[in-house]
Amino acid sequence: MKSWKKLASAALAAMVFASVVSGCGGDKKEAASGDTIKVGASFELTGNVANYGKAILSGFKMAVDEVNAKGGINGKKITVVESDNKSEPSEAGNAVTKLVTQDKVVAVVGPATSGCVAASAPITAGNKIPHIAPSATAPGITVDNDGKVKPFMFRACFIDPFQGQVMAEFANKTLQVKNVAILFDSSNDYSKGLADVFQKTLESKGGTIVAKEAFLSKDLDFKAALTKIKASNPDAIYVPGYYEEVSKIIKQAREIGLTVPMMGSDGWESPKLAEIAGKEALQNCYYVSAFSAQDQDPSVQNFIKAYKEKYQKDPDIFAMQGYNAGLILADAMKRAGTTDGTALAKAIAETKDLPVASGKITFDANHNPIMGALILSLENGVPTFKEKITL
Amino acid sequence: MDTLLHQFFQQLINGISLGSIYALIALGYTMIYGIIKLINFAHGDIYMLGAYFGFFATTQLGLSFIPAIILSMACAALVGIIIERIAYKPMRNAPRIAILITAIGVSFFLEYGMILLVSPQPRTFPAVFTPTVYNFGPLVANSQQIVILVSAIILMAVLTYIVNKTKAGKAMRAVSFDADAARLMGINIDRVISMTFALGSALAAAGGVLVGVYYNSIDPLMGMMPGLKAFVAAVLGGIGIIPGAMIGGIILGVVEAMVSGFISSTFRDAAAFGILILILLYKPAGLLGKNVREKV
Repeated sequence: MKSWKKLASAALAAMVFASVVSGCGGDKKEAASGDTIKVGASFELTGNVANYGKAILSGFKMAVDEVNAKGGINGKKITVVESDNKSEPSEAGNAVTKLVTQDKVVAVVGPATSGCVAASAPITAGNKIPHIAPSATAPGITVDNDGKVKPFMFRACFIDPFQGQVMAEFANKTLQVKNVAILFDSSNDYSKGLADVFQKTLESKGGTIVAKEAFLSKDLDFKAALTKIKASNPDAIYVPGYYEEVSKIIKQAREIGLTVPMMGSDGWESPKLAEIAGKEALQNCYYVSAFSAQDQDPSVQNFIKAYKEKYQKDPDIFAMQGYNAGLILADAMKRAGTTDGTALAKAIAETKDLPVASGKITFDANHNPIMGALILSLENGVPTFKEKITL
Repeated sequence: MDTLLHQFFQQLINGISLGSIYALIALGYTMIYGIIKLINFAHGDIYMLGAYFGFFATTQLGLSFIPAIILSMACAALVGIIIERIAYKPMRNAPRIAILITAIGVSFFLEYGMILLVSPQPRTFPAVFTPTVYNFGPLVANSQQIVILVSAIILMAVLTYIVNKTKAGKAMRAVSFDADAARLMGINIDRVISMTFALGSALAAAGGVLVGVYYNSIDPLMGMMPGLKAFVAAVLGGIGIIPGAMIGGIILGVVEAMVSGFISSTFRDAAAFGILILILLYKPAGLLGKNVREKV
């Protein structure tokens, strides 16, 4: 999922020269007034990943409407100022600059992709404006290169390493497997990072990694590595990566007679997985996700119901992340009692056990939310809710 | 020990099925080199086009495996001829480096032209037949691996027959041996070159369809790596020598499988290109090549 966000932004960077950039249209300008609090929403509303941006914005606005309907923030209503970054990191900076300097918003939510967030983060930080990225998963979004937390930057989704811990927990508790093999993409940081975290966590729980094999993005043939893994007799195999390679790995593993459970990460999420691997091969396969409509948790079901009523369609993970970001911001505003950026950022960092659509959220020291993750299995190729894991 | 031996044979099966694909692509490389001394870097992309022709033949026209592969080979042969006519023929008397650069240009044109036409998203190749798994004791092979191997053997046999037993083949060998003398003997060189491109492209297309069937997924850049690997295979066997390409392809496939199986899959590509370096250092004419002095 994330690789293609990166890919999309790379492709877009190339296309920038080809397309004629029209001015920043579509923004609503509202007069400043004493009874409203202006919040900026900078999203990918047009361009390659417009689907992500629009879905997050819909969820975010829904949260704002709910808060306003309940009386707003200490008597004041929140208004949302939208700004389109055209799915381009270069535009993302401009869009946020406009929100901060012209519209004088007190906080910024968005954009969707890590690349656009990274491009706009220096602007909010420079103006001391709290900034929540609803779906940016790159670890470097909230901490700088020296590992220092960026004081004004937050996110509303779990980061990549967390998924590795969740899967190790699932392997240990639910599948009760001891000897696990890992097959990871050595040309991809996402996959490498997950493999390391998974290994560390599983070993700390008494498990053993019996084989650790690598492949490269775009590889087609995995039978040699899988044959080697098969010889090590694993109880399960962990394959963090993206669906393109993973689907072929699962297919070929089943072909050489490896029938043990396969476990993976949210990069598996795509209808292509079942198309390429085949439904039968996906039996006994599990991956981590943040959202499933089958999750029977009342907070999730309430969110789905309310979203359907408002927009007449099913919410996806992005809509949920936008909604969560809205609730986090509103809660912090209430507690801070002021719109001062520094105080508001402090209040966001102190968010604790806040009920949101996906359960409860607490921020850790690195401004990453601690929240539950879902394990989905692939019954007949269809992602099916298996269980919720909270660390 | 037993498991090691068993692993060895399993990797051998994996390697041979991979190697027969390399061999099919390497054949085209080697034939074209043999005729006009051109390393046709666009050859890997013809293989990609072949996979797409096969894909559209099965999904749009609803053809089954054998008609689809034949149609794909025919289309690719036509594309091969057109590319030769448009891109290479005007360069026939140009320096060899110029025509090599043209080949790289054609390669990029095909790759990014296809991205424009069919989008960079990988496509799922439809399952043209249900795979059956055969167990030979502890060893596993599936029907697709067997189909790949059998198709490759049949195609190579047909090619060997064409080159060695037919008049067209005789003309090809004559042009390869000495183009000027062949022309003096009344051989239509342009037609022979077209024929070579057609044959080579058809084989690459067959490889593309087989890979599509085997791995279930195709994309516009799928030809890059196999193209390079097949080039290594052709050099390994001795570029310009047809049996050399077959042997080179199989050896390369087996070496890759063994390296991934017994050392580490991250060294696999290093091993493949390491072979290229070693061959160029110690036996530049390839395994089956004879050392021929360049006439000055």
